[in-house]
Amino acid sequence: MDTKVIKPEAEGRGDRTLKIVGTSPVRPDGVPKVTGLARYGADYALPGMLWGAILRSPHAHARIRSIDSSKASALPGVKAVITSADFPEQKYEFVGPERVAINFWHMTRNVMAREKVLYEGHALAAVAATSKIIAEAALRLIEVDYEVLPHVIDVDEAMQPGAPLLFEDMITRGIDPPPNEASNIAKRIEFSIGDLDAGFAAADEIVEMNFKTAPVHQGYIEPHACLARFDNKGQGEIWAASQGHFVVRAFTARLLDMNIGDVLVHPAEIGGGFGGKTVIYVEPLAAALSRKSGHPVKIMMSREDVFKATGPTSGASMTVRIGVKRDGKLVAADGVFKFQAGAFPGSPVMNATMCGFAPYNIPNVRSVGYDVVCNRPKSAAYRAPGSPISAYAVESVMDAVAAKIGMDPLQFRLVNACRTGTPTVWGPKHAHDGCAETLKALLAHPAYAAPLGRNQGRGVASGFWFNNGGESSATVHVNEDGTVVVATGSMDIGGSRASMAIMAAETLGIEYEDVRAIVADTASIGYTHVTGGSRVTYATGIAVVEACRKVITELCARAAMIWSVEKDQVSWEDGSARRAGAGKHEPLSLKAIAAKRALTGGPIGAEASVNAGGAAPGFASELCDVEVDTETGSVKILRFVVAQDVGRAIHRSYVEGQMEGGAVQGIGWALNEAYVYDDAGHLLNAGFLDYRIPVASDLPMIETVLVEVPNPNHPFGAKGAGEVNIVPVMAAVANAINNAIGRRMTELPMSPPKVLAAIHTAPGK
Amino acid sequence: MAKHHVSATLNGNDVEFLCETQQTLLEVLRDELHHTGTKEGCGTGDCGACSVTLDGRLVCSCLVLGVEARGKSIQTIEGMAEGTSLHPLQRKFLEHAALQCGVCTPGILIAARSLLERNPDPSEEEVRFWLAGNLCRCTGYNKIIEAVLDAAREMRGG
Repeated sequence: MDTKVIKPEAEGRGDRTLKIVGTSPVRPDGVPKVTGLARYGADYALPGMLWGAILRSPHAHARIRSIDSSKASALPGVKAVITSADFPEQKYEFVGPERVAINFWHMTRNVMAREKVLYEGHALAAVAATSKIIAEAALRLIEVDYEVLPHVIDVDEAMQPGAPLLFEDMITRGIDPPPNEASNIAKRIEFSIGDLDAGFAAADEIVEMNFKTAPVHQGYIEPHACLARFDNKGQGEIWAASQGHFVVRAFTARLLDMNIGDVLVHPAEIGGGFGGKTVIYVEPLAAALSRKSGHPVKIMMSREDVFKATGPTSGASMTVRIGVKRDGKLVAADGVFKFQAGAFPGSPVMNATMCGFAPYNIPNVRSVGYDVVCNRPKSAAYRAPGSPISAYAVESVMDAVAAKIGMDPLQFRLVNACRTGTPTVWGPKHAHDGCAETLKALLAHPAYAAPLGRNQGRGVASGFWFNNGGESSATVHVNEDGTVVVATGSMDIGGSRASMAIMAAETLGIEYEDVRAIVADTASIGYTHVTGGSRVTYATGIAVVEACRKVITELCARAAMIWSVEKDQVSWEDGSARRAGAGKHEPLSLKAIAAKRALTGGPIGAEASVNAGGAAPGFASELCDVEVDTETGSVKILRFVVAQDVGRAIHRSYVEGQMEGGAVQGIGWALNEAYVYDDAGHLLNAGFLDYRIPVASDLPMIETVLVEVPNPNHPFGAKGAGEVNIVPVMAAVANAINNAIGRRMTELPMSPPKVLAAIHTAPGK
Repeated sequence: MAKHHVSATLNGNDVEFLCETQQTLLEVLRDELHHTGTKEGCGTGDCGACSVTLDGRLVCSCLVLGVEARGKSIQTIEGMAEGTSLHPLQRKFLEHAALQCGVCTPGILIAARSLLERNPDPSEEEVRFWLAGNLCRCTGYNKIIEAVLDAAREMRGG
């Protein structure tokens, strides 16, 4: 609604005026999406298609003694039944960078349980049949002999000696020498700089607090779905909604022991992901069923399955201690972050330990993380994975520290804000500004000075997220009529086709409407990593601009040929080739050169593949006003302002949309959302009625302030804009509640019973 | 057991289909009539992605059985534009960037049209409460609300 654009500094990017970057044209995939014609994962069908259905564990933890599927196989209409026996064993090893390491031994067990089921909803068999109804009937005929085992849900309990073990031989990684005993602690990590004890000894004030958060689900509206057609000769195709069809291809090929090139993945439209669709669940099952039955197989998850067997992000137990001088300078910070990984290792705790204190210049820091398995679905990435969780703890303590020394909470953060050159706890120095600029934007915002009423409170918080670069590919082809097709390997989850078309049109100097941006399948474009980590506008954008520049070089060469001059006599300006010295020839437009392509060498196009470094992190500072109903404990969000450094907005409306959407997801996380289990480890709220995400009537208009501190490593200065907006939200809400009622809310969600209980206890510190 | 034979109209056209007793209208629309614009988000009536109108009444098609459509007029997202001319709500959703992933969009458009048929001049609060049964996880609702209010303004001739 109230959008402000702040350009804090001279941009240092030349004085070229951008014509299309920063505007908000209609997206190329818009019309199919408002007319119902866009095809998502569940919308594909093939002749002879079968329906797949998945048998899921009713137990939180049990050994599988045996599975007898003979009755199911005998049911008329059933064409294939699969279990873990249909998938090859995988080597136990962690591959890839530690922050996002993958272990295929775990992955194959998550998509299809082997020795044990490790959470309610864990898949352990699947069938393909001629109708959904028959497939579901067949599931009921599969006989499983379970040995039910004790289970553990809570992270602190899972870490206790004697807790039920998910993996009887798992030794904690990251401890030297390794422990002798197996435990549920998959990994311990620690980062530190400076001298922690000396730092706290020098502090005038120290605040320490404990926090707990609940796992929350990404809550995309589209359940996972795919269609697979595989033959028994080792080739196959998948139509799936994912955040990375190249990853679907690689993981599925690996789990089925196929060559990557023999699997073709078509990018369906994706109905939301937020990180939760960067991994695979149904794809290898549909593929295996198709391979076994000889028919195409479609699988759609139910919403209940989505809650029980996909996503969520971790719940956590955390302790944060911060020491400060009376003048407001931070001197020491210590954080211990214990994260539920779910049933397999791989929580985002490493991110949490790195991001928590990252917005600030603190000379002495220790940040410790534990990755802990428990009998819940395996956690998956969720919008700036890990960072919002540690930020909730750190930013709550920051608020308490500011209060203790009597400083304005934004000024306090500004005094300590990181800048280019500030050390990070994980080693390298910050290479970009942006943090202080978001704080200044919030300080200057009229909301910060607006009066508050009775039972109302205001809270602020800041956050950091890495933002990624990485591998991306793009092709740019000039069509016969001079229009242009831009293809990339990046799944479009929030309007990236529009951003790519904008960047291509701006680079080529042509109209936005003359560029058509598409997402190509895995056989038609080079490898491209997932749409995640806020990397697409940055990295895929660089690939698009690079491909456009190659095309421009070629267009100039063609013009030189037409004019019979040397190539170096020709330059590209405003969408036309121009001859140096001018006057001699009229400029040749892209359309004119395209018309003569056959005479000058044939079709014009280029591909660019990059492994983009130089991504700049995202910072956000946010303000929340709440009103607390002291009779019910209900919290109403009155006002919410997001000030985020986006580098430069490519498509302004979609950048605002990311900020608004991230804020609202955070509000749900803060106030309502949680996985609720009974004593037997059954999830009690596996549906949108009881797992309540924010609805329109819960919310005010979210206000956005686009702070633009350009990243010089991107042609237009873009930084990832998708994720950091969610990082400060829970702390901002908690701090606002504290401001309203004088109680620190140290457990998420801050639901009415908890707020009411807090009101009825004595004020804390 | 034999399937049921059902006649109805879909976006003004006569249709006939066979369905099992337990098949929902949503499943019939998507799997039997191949109208996949109506989306399944939950199957339990909690998300609104499958919103359609049945004889003018806004319903979650996942909570209606296929056989219940017998003799009724079904309106889905595929019938919202008139030929190539988009409904004002559809246009305003594009102009306001009121969709990100777009999977909730068909249901929200159907629900919003239903609102404007009853109340051509809703307040922001009325739009927010009318659409409270339609979940969107991407947008935070700002631009959806703005698009509906703007479409209402245009449809009133303002």
